[in-house]
Parts: sequence; C-alpha cells; structure tokens
Amino acid sequence: MKNIFLVLKREYLTRVRKKSFIVMTILGPLLIGAFYGFIGWTAMSSISLKKVEVIDESNLFKGKFKNTEELSYTYSSQSLDAAKKYFSKSKQDALVYIPKDIMENPKGVKIFSEKSLSIELQNGIEKTIENEIENIKLTEAGITQKVLEDAKMNVSTETISLSAEGEKSNSAVAATIIGYICAFLIYITVFIFGVQVMRSVMEEKTSRIVEVIISSIKPFELMMGKIIGVALVGLTQFTLWIILSFAVTTAATAMFGEKFAGSPQQRMEQVKNMPQAQEIEKQVKKESSKGVGLYGRAMKAVQTLPWVTILVCFIFYFLGGYLLYSALFGAVGSAVDSETDVQQFMLPITLPIIFAIAIAQFVIREPDGNLAFWTSMIPFTSPIIMMVRIPFGVPAWQIILSMVILTGGFIGTTWLAARIYRVGILMFGKKPTFKEIGKWIFYKG
Amino acid sequence: MNNILEVHNVVKRYAQHTALNNVSINVPKGLIFGLLGPNGAGKTSLIRIINQITGPDEGHILFNGQKLQPEHIKEIGYLPEERGLYKKMKVGEQLLYLAQLKGLSEKQAMEKLKEWFIKFDIKTWWTKNVEDLSKGMQQKIQFVATVLHEPQLIILDEPFSGFDPINANLIKDEILELKKKGTTIIFSTHRMESVEELCDHVALINKSHKVLDGPKKQIKEQFKTHTYSVEYLGDLSDEYADFDIIKTETVEDNYKKSTIKLKPEVPVNGLVRQLIDKVEIRTFGENIPSMNDIFIAAVNEIPQ
Repeated sequence: MKNIFLVLKREYLTRVRKKSFIVMTILGPLLIGAFYGFIGWTAMSSISLKKVEVIDESNLFKGKFKNTEELSYTYSSQSLDAAKKYFSKSKQDALVYIPKDIMENPKGVKIFSEKSLSIELQNGIEKTIENEIENIKLTEAGITQKVLEDAKMNVSTETISLSAEGEKSNSAVAATIIGYICAFLIYITVFIFGVQVMRSVMEEKTSRIVEVIISSIKPFELMMGKIIGVALVGLTQFTLWIILSFAVTTAATAMFGEKFAGSPQQRMEQVKNMPQAQEIEKQVKKESSKGVGLYGRAMKAVQTLPWVTILVCFIFYFLGGYLLYSALFGAVGSAVDSETDVQQFMLPITLPIIFAIAIAQFVIREPDGNLAFWTSMIPFTSPIIMMVRIPFGVPAWQIILSMVILTGGFIGTTWLAARIYRVGILMFGKKPTFKEIGKWIFYKG
Repeated sequence: MNNILEVHNVVKRYAQHTALNNVSINVPKGLIFGLLGPNGAGKTSLIRIINQITGPDEGHILFNGQKLQPEHIKEIGYLPEERGLYKKMKVGEQLLYLAQLKGLSEKQAMEKLKEWFIKFDIKTWWTKNVEDLSKGMQQKIQFVATVLHEPQLIILDEPFSGFDPINANLIKDEILELKKKGTTIIFSTHRMESVEELCDHVALINKSHKVLDGPKKQIKEQFKTHTYSVEYLGDLSDEYADFDIIKTETVEDNYKKSTIKLKPEVPVNGLVRQLIDKVEIRTFGENIPSMNDIFIAAVNEIPQ
C-alpha cells in the first residue's frame, strides 16, 4: 500500500504541476463560460420579437394565435395583394394568409416572408391552424369542449412519471440533455485519462526506468499507483472545473442573465423600452405573471431531475469506467515499444467505448428498452449507457446490479492487465502479436 | 554463513526456450563476484530472479540463509543494463522518489543524498531536469540511486558502459570503497579487463548452463596451459627431453620468441637452467591465461 501511495503521489504531482494541466483547468471553465455567455447572447438576440401579420379571410382564427416572447401576431383586414405590396416596407417578419375556404381546402394556407422562416415558427403556425380546424370539426360533430379537455388530460398523463418519491412532472428534453452530457463526459474522460495512463506506461518502458522501479516494487503496485494517480488528477480537474465554472457562470449570469432570466418586472421594463413593441406589452404582462416563460419552464424541468442520483452515479460510473478501461490502456502501453505500434492494440479497447456512445442515441429514444437494459449491464458499455438512462429514472435494482457487474468488470480487467503488464514492460525490441500477449497472461511468477 | 546469496538448481523457462537450466551459484559475502557469459546466456534472467522481478520455475534462492522474500528487496541494489530515468523529472526529486521506493524515509533519503552530492560534487544538479544532463551524468545519478539505501548486495549490470575513462575510474573506486565497507557486489559484464581488475570470484554462464564457477585465482590455475614464453638470442630448434617448443617467431634485432611447453614433472628451474646453457635470455615468463582467454575457451568448450 505504501508503495502504491508513493507512485500515486509522483504521478499526481508531476501531472498537476504541468503547464498543460493548469492551462486546461483555467481554460475549461472559461470556454464553458464563453459558451454560456454565447447562449445567453443568442437567446437574447433571438428574443427580439418576430412580428407576424395574419390575414384571416375565414374569420375563424381571430385571437387564436397566441403571442409569445418570440412572436407577436397582428391581424390585418387588407387583401392579400395589398398586404404583399406593403409587406416589404412594413417591418413584419412574416405574413400568414388563411383563405376563406380553409375548412374545405386546408392546403390553401400560405406563409410569406423575406428571409426563410425557422421550422419552429412554421410548425407553430401550422399546428395552430390544424388544432383550430380540428376543434371546429369536432364541435360540428357534436363533441363539446369539455370532452375535448378530458381527452387532452388523458394525453398529458404520459408526461407524468411515477417515482418512489411520488408523482412529479418530468421533462424528457432536460433528461435527454443531461443524460447525453454525462455520457459524453465519461466517454471523453475515459479516453483522455486512459490514454494518459498508456503514455505514462510507455514513457517508463521507453526510458528504461521501469526495470529499476520494479526491482523495488511489484509491477502491480506501479500500475495501480499510476491508475489511481491519474484518476485523482481527473477528479481534481473536474472539481476545479465545477468550482471555476460556477464562479464564471455566476459572473456571466450577473452580466447577461438578469436581462435574460430576470424577474417579470425587469423584463417588462425591457419590453417597454422597445418602442415598436408597446402594443404587445399587455400580452407579455399576462405571460410573465403566469410564470411560464421559457427559462422558467426549463428551470422547473431541470429541478425535477434526480440530481443526487445523477451526481453519485456520475462519479461512480466515471471511476468504474475509467478503472476498467485505463487498466487495459496500461496493458497496451506495456506491450508496445513505440507510438506506431499503438494503433493496432488500441482498437479492441476503443471499439466498445465508441460502440457505447454510438448506441446512446437509440437508448435515449427508448430508455427502458431491451437494448438499454443489456448495454447498461455489460461493464464495457454500462458507464456510458447507464448515465444516459439515469436522468429518465432507472429502477434501483438495475443501478445496483449494473454497479456490481462494473465493479467485477474492473477487477477482472485490472487483473488481466496486470498479468500482461508485468511481462510486457520487460519485453524490448519486438512487437508482440495478440497470440503472444495471450500467452503472457498465463506465465507463472 | 559465508554466502550472502545461494542459488540452488534454478530453472527458468520461457515460451520458446529455457533461459536457465539447473543453475546453482554461491556468492560469498564481501567479495566482488563476476557474473560472466555471452549475450543471451541467461545472465539477465538470473539477475531478474535475484531481484524478484520474476520468479524461478524450479529451484530456490537463499539470501543470508533465508528463502528470498519481498523484504530482501531493501537489501539489494540493482543497476540494470537497460537503464534510464524519468526525463522530465528533477534530479533531486527523482532520487528521493527512488530511495523512498526502496523503503527509506524522506528524511533518511535526504541525508544520504546530501553526502553523495557532496562526494560527487554535483550539488548544482539537484534542480536540473534529467534530460538536461549528459549521458555520463545520468549514469552517475543512476549509480547513486543504486547504492543510496546502502544495500548488502549490489548488482551491477554493465556498469561502465557509457562512461568516459575518468568517470569509469570514479565508479570503479566507489565499487572498491563499497567492498571495503563489506558490501557484496555482483558484477555482470563483457569487459574482461574490468573482471581481471576487480573480481575476486567469477561464474560463467553459457547457453543457460553454468560452465565455470570459483575464485578467480583458482580458475586461472585450472586454465593454465603450463607454457612459458622466452625471448632470447641464439637457437632453440633441436628436440629436447624435458620440453617442447610449440612455436618460434623472430622479433626485432635477431631476438627470437618461443612458446615452450614443459613436460610433466619437470620443475621450472630445470627449464631455466637448460635454457641458460643454450641461449642468451632476454625475458622469461609463465603464460597465465587472461580472463579473456578463459572466457573464450570456456564458451567454445561446450559443444554447439
């Protein structure tokens, strides 16, 4: 144990003192801050109202287009031709034309704009019109508004998930984003730190210091010290990133956020200051007082996620996945003599990680499916896949089972890697084959 | 207990070949022991087994009479043939690290390092990166790392390779100094002149077998050919009863040099007496085999 600690200390200190570590630690949060600031900035600039003029010849849609933070609808009674002529001079972003015979000819709706419209806006307009036509047709068919509401409530129960702590609303979007971010972080870090372990082993081998060291301590102690030391470097970097990011994003929020996510009053003031937006002030007031702004909704969804579980699992799966793979990376480093030989031996290790991140997108679509279950049990893919699933809520027994298997998995790979490592680090001058490496595992003493 | 190390019937097999086949060696305490042998003979395998880097497939090893155990690592210092240092690490930190791996506390290591840095006059190297040192300088650092924890047994594999003659001498003096203090040194090399100079006892391994083992003097005695060289003026071309002339060559100024083999049970003085009568002697001496001759003879003796 004492020897592992000595190795660990050296690995940790030499890495943490490196310029590249310090640069990355400072640069990381700055990049995150810049990213956050960029999102804030684009969100703010996209909030600049899009104005849509509606020419409703059917007179069915008066007041049906709801104003939002991004969109303001005005109704016009001019003819389409007149409006089109006037359009380029007016500061409208889009012009929606609904013909008289919309009920019979739903394809007659036209949207005019100078710049191409976002799909979102187009879909929104289409959906509003579709819904309204549907409502009218349903009412005509004798279905009352009440029946309709009931029907809608049935639909909305699907977005409420049952969990141990009782019912709470869940946001699939927030879960998807968080799950994917966690999975991707694990993917990247396992790679970065795994390769660091490999390089470190190769450095010892090519500089020939390794024989001096293993005449003092056991190869296993050297390998474990290295793996744990690099893991601690990773955790240190994460911790510093979180602290610094928090500081930077707090600063960024102070700059952008107040306007972006501030209180309704502030937002109203801001809206007031835009002279051309005064006519929609009323609508905005209504919106804000309901407290269902975009940001508010996102925050609510984010708050409902199982954060403690996510954090605990993230640390566990990061460590588990890292230990599992870095041992194998270490074994590869011990088997080769030069950088050029690395590729061939890295392939069998990197394939499962890449496979895991590739199937993550299918798992997100069906977080409780068979594929999701099995890949979150297999230790080679579970660190990534389980992190994708956890924000959606995973039964405790599955998490525990997966953790136990992962623990067994990394003990297994560490054992295997140690067998290869102790032989590999003393093999100089020739490139081994997979067959030879296989034989090393069974060498005695 | 006179032997610090006893190797008993050690066998080490690898996938394709046997590196050591039933090798037994005793290393007496306080001597410089030369472990000789051609490349690939199995020396490194044996040294690695002594260092507990690998284990023997058969046989056992005693260290100070006890079965070799992990705790004996502290009592052994090893300078491998393939050696190096962490290039990007500072000299001082590196030596402290290596000493701590050998079980010294940081404080002990510091004290001993100070002595060595003063002795070798390398105080300014402490904060230098290893990669900024020359190869010879790095070798010195490695030597310090090998002996710093004051082990009872030091194993040096080709210690002089990469040294200029001045530094080689410095290291040689240190080796003799260590011997004086009672340290046993196993010395593996191809350089027969340093074996000649330093070793008290030699063992020779060839093709995974031990072919020679014993005190240097005794081995030389064993390999004596009972031949003498004589340089003279005159002629020695007849047949003689007590000795044979093996070969004669002319050196400068009419002097000739002959190699003479004495017949059994004829004393050397008798030979000299007979020679005095016949020729005018310039030099006379016994041909004592060099370690080089012995090495070549012993290696070639084994049928291929």
